[in-house]
Amino acid sequence: MAKIGVFTCWCGENIARHIDVERVSKAIESLPGVHCSMNYKYMCSEPGQSLIIDQIKSLGLTGVVVASCSPHMHLKTFRAAAQLAGVNPYMVEMANIREQCSWVHADKEEATAKAIELIRISVEKLRHNRPLQPISVPITKKALVIGGGVAGIQAALDIAAAGHEVILVEKEPSVGGKMAGLSETFPTLDCSQCILTPRMVEVNQHPKIRLMTYSEVEKVEGYIGNFSVTIRQKARYVDVNKCTGCGTCWNGCPNKRIPNSFDFNLGNRTAIYIPFPQAVPARPVIDSSRCIHFKNGKCGICEKNCAAGAINFNDEDKLITEEVGAVVVATGYQLYSIGKEQSNPNLSGYGEYGYGKYKDVIDSLQFERLISASGPTGGEPKRPSDGRVPQKIVFIQCVGSRDNAKGVSYCSKICCMYTAKHTMLYKHKVHDGEAHVFYMDIRSGGKKYDEFVRRAIEQDGALYHRGRVSKITEEEIDGVRKLVVRGADTLTGKPVTVEADMVVLACAMAPTDGATALAQKLSVGYDEYGFLSESHPKLRPVETNSAGVFLCGACQGPKDIPESVAQASAAAAKVLVMFSQDHLTREPEIAHVDESLCAACCACVQACPYEAISIEEIVDRKGNHVKNTSRVNPGLCMGCGTCVAVCPSKSIDLEGFTEEEVYAEIESLLS
Amino acid sequence: MEKTNTDQTFEPKIIAFVCNWCTYLGADLAGTNRLEYPANIRIIRLPCTGRIDFNLVIKAFEVGADAVLVSGCHPGDCHYNAGNYHARRRWILFRELLEVLGIETERIHFSWISAAEGAKFQKFVTEIVDKTRALGPYRGYQSITHESEER
Repeated sequence: MAKIGVFTCWCGENIARHIDVERVSKAIESLPGVHCSMNYKYMCSEPGQSLIIDQIKSLGLTGVVVASCSPHMHLKTFRAAAQLAGVNPYMVEMANIREQCSWVHADKEEATAKAIELIRISVEKLRHNRPLQPISVPITKKALVIGGGVAGIQAALDIAAAGHEVILVEKEPSVGGKMAGLSETFPTLDCSQCILTPRMVEVNQHPKIRLMTYSEVEKVEGYIGNFSVTIRQKARYVDVNKCTGCGTCWNGCPNKRIPNSFDFNLGNRTAIYIPFPQAVPARPVIDSSRCIHFKNGKCGICEKNCAAGAINFNDEDKLITEEVGAVVVATGYQLYSIGKEQSNPNLSGYGEYGYGKYKDVIDSLQFERLISASGPTGGEPKRPSDGRVPQKIVFIQCVGSRDNAKGVSYCSKICCMYTAKHTMLYKHKVHDGEAHVFYMDIRSGGKKYDEFVRRAIEQDGALYHRGRVSKITEEEIDGVRKLVVRGADTLTGKPVTVEADMVVLACAMAPTDGATALAQKLSVGYDEYGFLSESHPKLRPVETNSAGVFLCGACQGPKDIPESVAQASAAAAKVLVMFSQDHLTREPEIAHVDESLCAACCACVQACPYEAISIEEIVDRKGNHVKNTSRVNPGLCMGCGTCVAVCPSKSIDLEGFTEEEVYAEIESLLS
Repeated sequence: MEKTNTDQTFEPKIIAFVCNWCTYLGADLAGTNRLEYPANIRIIRLPCTGRIDFNLVIKAFEVGADAVLVSGCHPGDCHYNAGNYHARRRWILFRELLEVLGIETERIHFSWISAAEGAKFQKFVTEIVDKTRALGPYRGYQSITHESEER
């Protein structure tokens, strides 16, 4: 027999002013199952909770309904109180008579009547509730970090520093990500490589970190604490264990004119290559699509020259399966494609800026390589078309960003800062050069950021024009090819035309290709642009709604290096909190199957957003097939209940929101 | 079926099925912001609109609801990634079934209301109460069950 106690809260005046709590308590007393009905000024306070605990103990209550605020506010509080008194926490229900009653209905009669009905719903549900036990799941204390840019490196180092094993997967042949290609960083003008390369080396040498470059995550199975991840290690054609990284192979490769994607095609590389001299690991890769040996079986100079015998033309992709407990996604960004061709039908390019048509119109990451000491020109700003040092450069901000007409409404956040940096670096190299910037607004929030932009304008003499550029054409002026940039300065209200030698477009940041496919493998949400969704924008910024999967860096949204690093450490901290225990406790409000009823029709298997349901065979003691049934993996199920709605035989049910409980709630409203 | 109710004392009973993460919090926000709306609505909290088997909607009419409201997270914002898509698909199929059964589909209201849309919740509920008041009490369910019993 249920013995239910109903405790109605006044919430000071918040509830009592609009609801006659005495009348509510009286009306509830006579409901079936209700053993006591009381009210108190502040139920969540220490004396209020003591009142509940005392009543449970003295009357032997089996369940509690607290009529007060939203369950999102205090359900945990009252569950904990009930547990202290020896009542199962899932035998506690709340009736929301504050947010959804006293605060929104002025008429005291109506509000009181509604409050009584809301409590009746909760009492009826509670009469059908069952005690539930929290689920305990073991944890594999090993983490997978996807993406070896600055965020992934930071997360891997932090987790490894705490003594846990980490697998760091990077799709390129080297770690380092976008940051490894940058020239200098704002606002200190520190050399990007000087900051990053020591950390790249550390990640490679750390005894707890297994670095897997030139690899991608193929498949993710399992659930929080117990993921099984299949990683595709792409054929490198070089045995990294034998190779010493001496460089004889790439120095001897005759195929030298292949555009280097690390330099965004401004420089060249060989068919056997390392993407940049400081690459980690310093082990080359053979680009089989360009290597002469793979075309006609000839050449093989690298194989002949390699003293270590590390070249293996018969190498194949390998699939490696690893068990991990947590996943950190740090897949970073790429630049929004500004050419005419667009991958996404919602986006459109900037044909009017001539990117791809005029050689001297480049994007900002290309410019980074052009002024980087390790870049294709050794840091000399030479324009790609003829190698002349540009005397006038036009920088255009917000190319793609904040432009609904092109399909991107967000601000890319870092472009104002790096454009200011670009003007400075250029002016430091070409003292008499002119750096023109077309901008919409200057957004330089951050420590020492605005000062940095002012320095570019006031000390280094960058020329800022507030306005957009409408068109760029290439014309020959005095025997030299120039880019004629036509724009407007909206502050002076005059059109501006600059005959530039080079144009740099500050393109919007976009998630990397394949980020959404990865998100689907991990059951992580993403927005219309493909940026991965955090669990809560304010309070759970590195968690995702897929338990055990965390985010950091620009895969979640545009951000700069310090923010990415901070987020990476935050994600690592969340992983470490998980790893601090041997078992995870999960809410028991998940689906379960009545296997005697299940006909294994698979409707639930298909509906489940988490792939938490599988079809299993039931066998008798002799091993003979009895029947198939669906079965819920308690580690994977998140408790949405979609399976319950689709089950034709109602053999699957959701604890905490069972069919019986929900129907009882509705029936309590019978008039 | 055009109907106008002349009974001014009629107070419609409206049962709402809402998801825990968006619309329930939207309703909470309406409360926090003290946005008043008529007291005719009774909310049943479910984890996700994906949990809503449309038998629940029929059950609501059986216990005397004059209108039913179903609301969850906006497409793309589901706490469980895709539960609301399931609900939407199911609703498209279910609507036709209701018409066959003889239940007036104008008494069922579907919406996406996020945790930030307290004002939308207020407006939505107020509109539904007004509409239902104009439609008058729902006796359709009783007449359907009577008919089937007589047969």
